[in-house]
Amino acid sequence: MDDTSRSVERTQPKSLTDLFLSFTVLALQGFGGVLAVAQRELVERKRWFTNEEFVEEWAVAQIMPGPNIVNLAIMIGGRYFGVPGVLAALAGMFTAPLIVLLSIALLYAQYASHPGVIGALRGMGAVAAGLVVATGLRLASSLKNSAMGMALNGALGLLGFVAVALLRWPLVYVLLGLGSVACVLAYRKLDKGAAA
Amino acid sequence: MNPVLELGWDDWLHLFTHFMTLSLLSVGGGITTAPDMHRYLVDQQGWLTDAQYTASIAIAQSAPGPNILFVALLGWHVGLNAGGTWLGLFGVLVCMLGIILPSSILVYVTARWSHQNRELRAVRAFKLGMAPIVIALLIATGWILASVNGDPARHWPLWLITVVTALIVWRTRLHLLWLLGIGGLLGWFGLV
Repeated sequence: MDDTSRSVERTQPKSLTDLFLSFTVLALQGFGGVLAVAQRELVERKRWFTNEEFVEEWAVAQIMPGPNIVNLAIMIGGRYFGVPGVLAALAGMFTAPLIVLLSIALLYAQYASHPGVIGALRGMGAVAAGLVVATGLRLASSLKNSAMGMALNGALGLLGFVAVALLRWPLVYVLLGLGSVACVLAYRKLDKGAAA
Repeated sequence: MNPVLELGWDDWLHLFTHFMTLSLLSVGGGITTAPDMHRYLVDQQGWLTDAQYTASIAIAQSAPGPNILFVALLGWHVGLNAGGTWLGLFGVLVCMLGIILPSSILVYVTARWSHQNRELRAVRAFKLGMAPIVIALLIATGWILASVNGDPARHWPLWLITVVTALIVWRTRLHLLWLLGIGGLLGWFGLV
């Protein structure tokens, strides 16, 4: 049932150039992290993923070492075009931002103490935090059809949030600890689902 | 300003291999290894000043692009200390390849495997079980970013911006750059 609803409006990257340009556009919009933009661009604009698939891929990207967004680019590029796809996606993600960054680094020394600059960075930081929270809230809608059920998803989510945001436990422990509990629970749910 | 560093090929190689090790340890993103980079580059080797380290992170956070680019700036500054622009670019290359290459190869191989075996019960259970946690971690990341705003009682305008942004982005499709622009302008004129 949900397989048909998934494939309805999904598209895929057309070419290596498409990958390169898409990730360039994505990366250049990502102030204070590319995460919020990634969901907007890849799910809502490009439609390379549904929200459900985005969360699934993100889970893999998150559990592996390396920056999540870089991992995601590798996974998309690799799936459709193999190693050349990976290189195109990564080149897109890094080339233009690196040029911008080095230019800023050259200017920064002169303007770092300008009150306007400091204020602008503070304001943009506050916006960036809101963007990330909103991305989480948008993706939460993908849990609606989850086989785990609302209550269990809610409980796991709440525990994860408390551990990382409030108790500030290291991410690795939360992913390994809470993550393995969640995976075992999901494994058992899938068994019941298959038996029914 | 800084005394010129003498960096030999063995030093660059050491830097490269150290970052390759960190790459494999960087679960949760490159920023989790930032404290060790400080220990290695500033305290242990003395290749970077404290101010350069802090500036590298601050600039990368405020510029567009993946946050991991702070590593490029660390390499850039090491290279500058060692002799100039060309060495700076070489430092960017050494540090970025070091931090990206090992984890990327691992991710590529794992992603291929998990996609080919996506019907396996264990793979489906992983994705199903991790979904709520991954979403919670996103919201938690936003929370941690927002805590930079400072004491909510004193800096309530900043918190207001965060909350309003979250609501707008959650509920509408307004382009994200508008919001960043507005936040930047409000900050520039000292309104928040």
